[in-house]
Amino acid sequence: MSRAIHIRGLRYQYPDGTQALNGIDFHLEAGESVALFGANGSGKTTFVLHLNGLLRGEGSIEICGMPLGDATLEQIRSKVGVVFQDSDEQLFMPTVLEDVAFGPLNLGLSPNDALTRARTVLKRVGMAHALERAPYHLSAGEKKRVAIAGVLAMDPEILVLDEPTTFLDPPTRRDLLTLLRSLPQAKVVVTHDANLARALTTRAVFFDQGRIAGEGDVIELIQRFHWEYS
Amino acid sequence: MHHLVIDRWSRGSSSLHQRDPRAKLAALLVFLIALSTTPPAAQWAFAAYAVLLILAANRAQLPILGLAGRAALILPFSATFALLTWWSGDSLRALALAEKSFLSGVAALLLVGTTPLTGWTAALESWRVPRMLILVIQFVYRYLFVVAEQAQRMRWAAVCRGSQKESKTGGFRLAAGLIGVLFARSWQRADGIYHAMLSRGFRGRFVPAAPAPFRASDALFFSACLAGCLAIRILL
Repeated sequence: MSRAIHIRGLRYQYPDGTQALNGIDFHLEAGESVALFGANGSGKTTFVLHLNGLLRGEGSIEICGMPLGDATLEQIRSKVGVVFQDSDEQLFMPTVLEDVAFGPLNLGLSPNDALTRARTVLKRVGMAHALERAPYHLSAGEKKRVAIAGVLAMDPEILVLDEPTTFLDPPTRRDLLTLLRSLPQAKVVVTHDANLARALTTRAVFFDQGRIAGEGDVIELIQRFHWEYS
Repeated sequence: MHHLVIDRWSRGSSSLHQRDPRAKLAALLVFLIALSTTPPAAQWAFAAYAVLLILAANRAQLPILGLAGRAALILPFSATFALLTWWSGDSLRALALAEKSFLSGVAALLLVGTTPLTGWTAALESWRVPRMLILVIQFVYRYLFVVAEQAQRMRWAAVCRGSQKESKTGGFRLAAGLIGVLFARSWQRADGIYHAMLSRGFRGRFVPAAPAPFRASDALFFSACLAGCLAIRILL
């Protein structure tokens, strides 16, 4: 299998001097799903913002065999779909349909093709009934589905999910999990939710103060770092 | 929130909504030129402009009082200059100043109330307005929602902790604190939105999902607006 993500020696320092990432080595195989654990502020979100070049640190990043750089940025952003923790940040167009079509239009699809693709993915995530609704009037679960649809509309090879179950009630979490399991893409899942990680991924990486403190089987890692509160 | 209402208005399906944004933008420009060059003494002309706007609002199925109320927000600014003019002894000019700014506000609201943001900014782009200026308009419009939402949440949080019981001085201190935090939070939120846009391939341009061709009916609409404005300007 070819590597979807291959990162060596990634370091990043915020402008205020905080060393957020301190030499991260990471890889993800095509079609694989991995969970990122770690305390708040351990560098998980900073790390995933590097995967499509939103943040640029030191070190080397290869996505689907392409080194991340100015020349490949556009292509890489179409291959790595990031679903942000707060769906409200991701939904910025006036209607659900326009929001989901935003990515395909930016990819250069014709308006007709972009809208057709948007309708298809909205149907896939179970939101075909909400095409003309304003995104900010949807429930938290619906917003998350539309946010995922917006990313899927770009036909990515890798899905990055930052705390996908935050703000969701248990039935909505269950539905979302079913949806995510049905998606064939490789997944990087930033989460504190051990149940979600167990259900969705087989491998986990534990972040601590900008470093990888542990890596391996998801169940073994949950036990090793006591990553459950009950 | 005001811009939410305007967003909803712009999704209508009236004949005015269906006109090409370029035709509506050109009509607005003609209206503003005619209005701004009308002499203060031509009070009947101002009444005629108002009738023209009422007819257009009626055609667009927009609430006239809602439009007028939002356009009135501009009055405190123009009223300052109108008052200065009044004190200098030219009451007619002062009145005309207030009328012009109010009618301009209603006309601009009619445009944005019948055209989605991506439509009228695409029209600006087709007129070769600098891309940077268009981007600033688009981001200001989008982030107004962000800032308003943050402000509302913070106000609720303050009310929940009894801010209404504060003295006047305490109220000002609280407002000053809220504004500072509001700025920082809105910046953070706007940054998050911008990241999300970049992630989905944003390259400095909002691509309209439904670009409409310029039809004969659009040319007819513009010609009617031009004729109406010229008639008022010359005859009254």
